[in-house]
Amino acid sequence: MNTATAEHAEAGHACPGTHAPEAAPITIQRRWPEEGHTRVPLWIYTDPAIFRKELSVFFGGDTWNYVGLECEVPEVGSFKRAWIGDKQVVVVRDADGINVVENRCAHRGGAICWKNKGEVKDLTCPYHQWSYNLKGDLIGVPLKRGVHGEGGMPRDFDNKQHGLRKLRVARFNGSIWASFSDTVPDFETYCGPELTQRLRRMMPGRPLRVLGYSRQLIPCNWKLYFENTRDPYHGTLLHTFFITFGLYRADSRHHTAPVAEGRHMATYAVPGERKEGLDVKQELTRFRGDLQLQDMEMVRFVDEYGDGQMSALQIFPGAFAQQHANILAMRSIVPKSPHEVELDWTYFGYADDDADMQRIRLKQANLLGPSGFVSMDDSELLKQMHNQMVGYPEAESFIEMGGRGVEPQVTMATEVGIRAFYAFYRREMGL
Amino acid sequence: MITTLPPGLRDEIEQLHDDYAETVDRQDIEAWPQYFTEDCLYLVTSRENHDAGLPHGTIYCEGLAMVCDRAAATRDCTVFEPRYLRHFIGRVKVDAVDGDTVRARTPVLVVESVSDQAPHLLIVGAYHDVLRRTADGLRIKERRVVYDNFRIVNSLVFPV
Repeated sequence: MNTATAEHAEAGHACPGTHAPEAAPITIQRRWPEEGHTRVPLWIYTDPAIFRKELSVFFGGDTWNYVGLECEVPEVGSFKRAWIGDKQVVVVRDADGINVVENRCAHRGGAICWKNKGEVKDLTCPYHQWSYNLKGDLIGVPLKRGVHGEGGMPRDFDNKQHGLRKLRVARFNGSIWASFSDTVPDFETYCGPELTQRLRRMMPGRPLRVLGYSRQLIPCNWKLYFENTRDPYHGTLLHTFFITFGLYRADSRHHTAPVAEGRHMATYAVPGERKEGLDVKQELTRFRGDLQLQDMEMVRFVDEYGDGQMSALQIFPGAFAQQHANILAMRSIVPKSPHEVELDWTYFGYADDDADMQRIRLKQANLLGPSGFVSMDDSELLKQMHNQMVGYPEAESFIEMGGRGVEPQVTMATEVGIRAFYAFYRREMGL
Repeated sequence: MITTLPPGLRDEIEQLHDDYAETVDRQDIEAWPQYFTEDCLYLVTSRENHDAGLPHGTIYCEGLAMVCDRAAATRDCTVFEPRYLRHFIGRVKVDAVDGDTVRARTPVLVVESVSDQAPHLLIVGAYHDVLRRTADGLRIKERRVVYDNFRIVNSLVFPV
């Protein structure tokens, strides 16, 4: 590490670890279809070079990544592991705040934390017991001076040059975000005013409480999952459960708003508000008028924010903040290969929820996750979709629902979120 | 800790497990709720949640009504790839017997076979049960299916 970088670290900037290799630029010999962002070439879902470039440009680049909630690391020494793309990080609290460091010893590159959560006094690598304080600074190297005058580190070995790689950290009303980038703007600027305001609605500063986790490995490219949550069009057609119980319907008022040049996305619906004079059920072949639930609490919506809205926010590249009725969840997308993505769900409520509210959140959570009455449709469908893409890299998908533009729309019958994303994606990836 | 079990109890629990597994593996989803009491709790959750005392369940049914809703919604409201599940249930460990109520834990392995791939391990874990003797025999008052696997491969479509 040179002097300039050390100064950056003291100023709270991301600090590349000593041995963190700078990836060589990846050149892609591919041509995007001439029609532009209304077409998506299928090679982007399966090409390993594209995947490597995405990890570097997006997850390792000028982005903020969700790594946890402050209530998950409540005490000095509490830590949790998180993943940012293919990089594992440790989120740990010390007396001054919350730090995020790479889970990678500066010595030989091995993992330091082997557990998802726990309490530590310092961060010590099990291999040669190099130990780091909770900020990631190297504080101890066993046998540094050798044994009986033999061996040991060279005399010019300087602990300060062998710290863990430190990430920039942002905290937003109980949530923790990290970045490998020195140049990405602050978190709220990165999100933009609309997304920040909508995130504040669900995280207004009330203390949060984790209700639990679900994790699943979906055998599809991460972008298929990413697009799926930007696509309200399918929501009214594939998801019988939504349609049947009036939670999400094509005749609800629905805002589909790509923000920050298509990077992020805010969608929100007012399920109680219907556009008049429409009977879209006739068009929804999966509508089941005969279905009744015995326990309606699973779908009964307590209007906690007084606006009747349900809201889903995508904070590029890997985070979703969701308020679906009374389910509050952070979803984290962790790409594992071009063909696999892990999805980590953190369900939470407010620390001052009463027993009734907690029960309602737990019951409604049946809609989401690997067994979710709604989410299950997506994980099943995306696997089938990805399987089909493998054999047709030169084919392309067609995304003109709602026109060819990228501006926000007030309708569900639109693919504007996907178009706006690919306009952004092409610029960032140089495609 | 129990030194001697009431005669026939182990057989009775094993019979319940066998019938339950057979019903679920046959995907007879309408018959699945019959194993539960009216005031039941059915929860499928990760070891990660269970050990941390977190209440969330990947499947969370409080009361027989929700078990029936899960059955109906699985049958009528979801889209999924055809699959087979096969339960392998281990030896019962009875932890307590109190009147009509039995607490027991039983290892369980569920292997899933989908239409075009080799089978994979869906669940490896244990049933943490509270069983109650009723006029119809032993029924499940509480079943926490606690899975050791870190994550679910794609979807958990059917109850386990």
